[in-house]
Amino acid sequence: MLRLSHVFKTFNPGTVNEKRALTDLCLHLAPGDFVTIIGSNGAGKSTLFNAIAGSFDTDEGSIELDGKDVTFAPEYQRAKSIGRLFQDPMRGTAPGMTIEENLALAAGGGGWLSKLSRGDRERFRERLALLEIGLEDRMRQPVGLLSGGQRQSLALLMATMVPPKLLLLDEHTAALDPSAAEKVLRLTEEIVAEHKLTTMMITHNMRQALELGNRTLMMDSGRIVLDIGGEERAGLTVEDLLERFRSGAGKDLDNDRILLSD
Amino acid sequence: MDLLTALSLGQTALELGLICGLTVLALFLSYSMLNVCDLSTDGCFTLGAAVGAVVAIAGHPLLSIPAAMLAGVCSGFITALLQTRLGVDSLLSGIIVNTALYSVNIAVMGGSSLLNMNKTETVFTMMRELLRDTPLAGQYTLAVALIAAALVVGLLVAFLNTRLGLAIRATGDNPDMVRASSINPVFTTTVGLCVANAFTGLSGCLLAQSQKQVEINIGQGIVTIALASLLIGRAFLGKGSILTRAVGVVLGSFVFRLVYAIALRFDMPAFMLKLVSSVIVIIAISGPYLKGRLPMLRRRLTAGRGGSGRRGA
Repeated sequence: MLRLSHVFKTFNPGTVNEKRALTDLCLHLAPGDFVTIIGSNGAGKSTLFNAIAGSFDTDEGSIELDGKDVTFAPEYQRAKSIGRLFQDPMRGTAPGMTIEENLALAAGGGGWLSKLSRGDRERFRERLALLEIGLEDRMRQPVGLLSGGQRQSLALLMATMVPPKLLLLDEHTAALDPSAAEKVLRLTEEIVAEHKLTTMMITHNMRQALELGNRTLMMDSGRIVLDIGGEERAGLTVEDLLERFRSGAGKDLDNDRILLSD
Repeated sequence: MDLLTALSLGQTALELGLICGLTVLALFLSYSMLNVCDLSTDGCFTLGAAVGAVVAIAGHPLLSIPAAMLAGVCSGFITALLQTRLGVDSLLSGIIVNTALYSVNIAVMGGSSLLNMNKTETVFTMMRELLRDTPLAGQYTLAVALIAAALVVGLLVAFLNTRLGLAIRATGDNPDMVRASSINPVFTTTVGLCVANAFTGLSGCLLAQSQKQVEINIGQGIVTIALASLLIGRAFLGKGSILTRAVGVVLGSFVFRLVYAIALRFDMPAFMLKLVSSVIVIIAISGPYLKGRLPMLRRRLTAGRGGSGRRGA
């Protein structure tokens, strides 16, 4: 589904601020994989997502998505197969446009000159009702009036409106209050299961990293230092994970936001 | 001021307001929707006027309309190309195109800075012939202006509600979101600027034909005047559907011209137009900004007094 081969990325090369963000990174995801990613500060987790999504050009290596080489494809082209959510709930929706207009953009389909039809509205209403936060009755209100949790739920719905080949979740519940985070996370699980989406999720919650999905990656200094799945992962505790990280990276996990338990 | 003068004053303001309102609608698309301040507007307005005049003088008054709009599209395309593909800052690309258009416009007018259309058949003279012997005989300018404004409002509103229109609005509303979606912001910015400049070109073409002449400075300062109109319109009908807001900006254009015409009656010299429009834009933009800063300023003032008191103690 996704294959990264020897990907390198250095920011500000040749200056004092040179930062090797990704170093010889190789990764292969099978269809339906749900991978959780944890790592220290500046380990390159978001950079990895940016490389996959095409937010910048990589220096070396190749990226293959769903059997196609997308190494040189621009971001908007890759976005046709990638759904992406950011930590900031403001990033995924257009505040000045109504809920239904946002959904219409996400739904795509039809020609450039096609308009929102009654059928589209019905479809949006049904999808919105699944969120169970009453957005289906506010479809003509601007998104700017919604709370962070509501906006992130909407963004999740938009990112998966047309089921993507790959879903990238960059700590998408981190900026929400606990109950909203819980809700959005549950929703994520439902949607991922419903469409059997191949998913990558960055989290700083160690327990989440072990409980969700079928595979866990740990990153440090632009490398994947630990990649565990299957039965090996099933019996793992947070302490085991930290120990494994220490032996993999040769140092302690230093993420100032990491949650060891809840 | 008797009733007749007032009526004629209102009519002139309405005609000018509607014709220049097309430029305001162009800015409504580029500035309010796409969030690009298109400073090539002045040059593009003149370009539309020049191209329209040349085509009309060549004996094709109807063709002058699409020709002027097409010229606007080309101008908008260059402005978009500079900022999306060639790494030129968005404001700067407008300024550069505006400067370049000065030469282009004189070239279009055959090396002259003034073209006369006194004996030329224009869309206005055509309308005059059409309305002859009807009760509306004298209202041909208003008729053309009304039709043009209604058509452009209709087209623009329909356009902004298509998927492409939504994508253009999203590009201005949340560029981050658009970058991470399958919408190509280069494409939406380009289309948006092309459409907006087509309206600007049309606006220039109609103003020149209604005045029966093009002068190279016809578009000078139109971007500020249009911005002032846009912001006035926003004050009246700034919220609600796209249609309401689009009608609002045309209304703003009319109100601006009306106030200006009344000021002229009270002996404000005509050359003050641009100063007045600049001041309106400044007030409309900095007013809300300063209002937002007010609580902080107030706090600082009180703290300043208290602070010096403490220091003295």
